[in-house]
Amino acid sequence: MEEVLAYKSPLLLDDRLSHYCPGCHHGTVHKLVAGCLEELGVGDNTVCVGSIGCSVFIYNYLTLDTVEAPHGRAPAVATGVKRSRPDKFVFTYQGDGDLASIGLAEIMHAANRGERISVVFVNNTVYGMTGGQMAPTTMIGQKTTTCPGGRCADREGLPMKMAEIIAGLGGVRYSARVAVNNIKNLKKARKVLKKAFEIQLAGKGFGFVEFLASCPTNWRMTSLAANERVEKEMIPYFPLGVFKDEQGDS
Amino acid sequence: MLMSRIFIKGNVAIARGALDAGCRCYFGYPITPQNDIPEFMSKAMPEAGGEFVQAESEVAAANMLLGAAACGIRAMTSSSSPGMSLKQEALSYMAGSELPGVVVNMNRGGPGLGDIGPSQGDYFQSVKGGGHGDYRLLVLAPGTVQEAYDLTILAFELAFAYRNPVLILGDAIIGQMQEPITPQKPVAVDPFEGGSWRLEGAGQREPRVIKSLHLTDGALAGHNLKLQEKYQRAGKECRHEEFLTQDAELIVVAYGSIGRIVKSTIRKLRKEGVRVGLIRPITLFPFPSRVLFDLADQGKKFLTIEHNMGQMVEDVRLAICGKAESRFYGQLPGNLPTPNDFEQPIIDAVRS
Ligand SMILES: Cc1ncc(C[n+]2csc(CCOP(=O)(O)OP(=O)(O)O)c2C)c(N)n1
Ligand code: SF4
Repeated sequence: MEEVLAYKSPLLLDDRLSHYCPGCHHGTVHKLVAGCLEELGVGDNTVCVGSIGCSVFIYNYLTLDTVEAPHGRAPAVATGVKRSRPDKFVFTYQGDGDLASIGLAEIMHAANRGERISVVFVNNTVYGMTGGQMAPTTMIGQKTTTCPGGRCADREGLPMKMAEIIAGLGGVRYSARVAVNNIKNLKKARKVLKKAFEIQLAGKGFGFVEFLASCPTNWRMTSLAANERVEKEMIPYFPLGVFKDEQGDS
Repeated sequence: MLMSRIFIKGNVAIARGALDAGCRCYFGYPITPQNDIPEFMSKAMPEAGGEFVQAESEVAAANMLLGAAACGIRAMTSSSSPGMSLKQEALSYMAGSELPGVVVNMNRGGPGLGDIGPSQGDYFQSVKGGGHGDYRLLVLAPGTVQEAYDLTILAFELAFAYRNPVLILGDAIIGQMQEPITPQKPVAVDPFEGGSWRLEGAGQREPRVIKSLHLTDGALAGHNLKLQEKYQRAGKECRHEEFLTQDAELIVVAYGSIGRIVKSTIRKLRKEGVRVGLIRPITLFPFPSRVLFDLADQGKKFLTIEHNMGQMVEDVRLAICGKAESRFYGQLPGNLPTPNDFEQPIIDAVRS
């Protein structure tokens, strides 16, 4: 009987054992990034800007020229890369601690300047790498190691909705939020990410995609329960959708 | 062909030096007393086909430098003391990632907000690392506007030769004074500089990764050893000015604008028969220890004069290894010293 290839892993994804925890969405998002770059045929011409957090080893999985940025500074590093090599495809890959906390100034200003870069933002509502502390995106009532009684709005403020905040800035051409907790969402996420990348390829401006992601380890949940939490708790507060889509010339 | 002389401010000489050295990306954030540099660059970079970005902070500016450096382009940032503290994070990452870049610090008075006047209070921060970890910057300290221009060009050469950030350490005196200089012919920069390591998209080759993270057993040790070997090699870049040392009883050690002012004092005292000479370190790292050691060996006494409460004097003492008498005179910040201010301390040291 003839063999039919049902699934092929993107070539830009290195075939090696993953250091991510079982059920972690970082690996899934990596795969989407690799797939989109491949479809657009730009992998050869891409500079990836890594960040700090569980994804610090992104260069172990994506076979791309990569530079590591200090915690939160990826948008500034990417600005330096893109300004010196405007002909390259440049994207950052950042967690919520990285982007919404320590690096808030860098992301806001790179977005506002309309840097022609793409930002892949992985929001798992927690600091993964350092062991599950509170993030700016931690949900009200969510327990972490530094808000053991659960996040409280009076004390810690409300979780930040980055995709909406970024959409409000002038230099931004595209801002969206997606999830990868089920096949339906994953398919949509792929389309959205590709669109954000195309915006850069067309030289139009800044593109931002927030991924709602799971961290089963620090949520102390099974992978399946974590996927469910994304659906039942996160999506109602962090709605999926495209918050800005300006195709016009900037 | 001889280039015609121009009359410019020290800050502008640095900016012009960078332009002539082939710098094509500048990232900065305003702070006195170095604002002439970003102001010059905001016009010069676009005109030269490059990029100027006024960053949201010194943190961002230094990280933009990191990104540009990773692409192998000649790039620069500049600031003054409080801003330099903010740049240290990126400088540590650049040193760890072996990235070339030029950074200017027009040192003002501190700690904290301090004042905007000249000072040499950032010596330790400049030559001992500044950021976290075991690394060094190459540090150049101009004493004239011509030198500010020439050393900026040298800074770019050294940054790429050693793949390390190079710091130009000046102060408000050097930055704000105006002198005639002779510019050089602009450097023809090879666009493939950094061709073996720069990021540009992997194409058909193996991808390149520029990083400072080394977690596997022994990897960081090996990397740090490699960095230390590089700093050793950089020893051959040592530069200093030697003035009337041969018959001197006393050697004054002073750098930058203070070195230049002390030189005037020495000229005057020489006419009065005082046997004093000057060593003005031009590279602060690597430090000209050898020449100091040799002078100590000849039985000369030492006086270190700085615009701080005693920082470089530690390196002078290390260099002379207890072989000679060593004194220190510190000029307090908040004052613009004149050659007269150093007369008595020098006479006291000679007579001691
Ligand atoms: C300046 C600095 N502060 C703190 C840290 C420690 N640190 C490492 S990862 C991290 C949090 C990362 O969280 P997030 O961005 O949400 O990524 P995740 O691990 O969840 O993927 C922190 C605080 C650091 N490396 N550098
Ligand atoms: S700690 Fe969380 S974010 Fe980090 S790898 Fe594990 S599941 Fe993923």
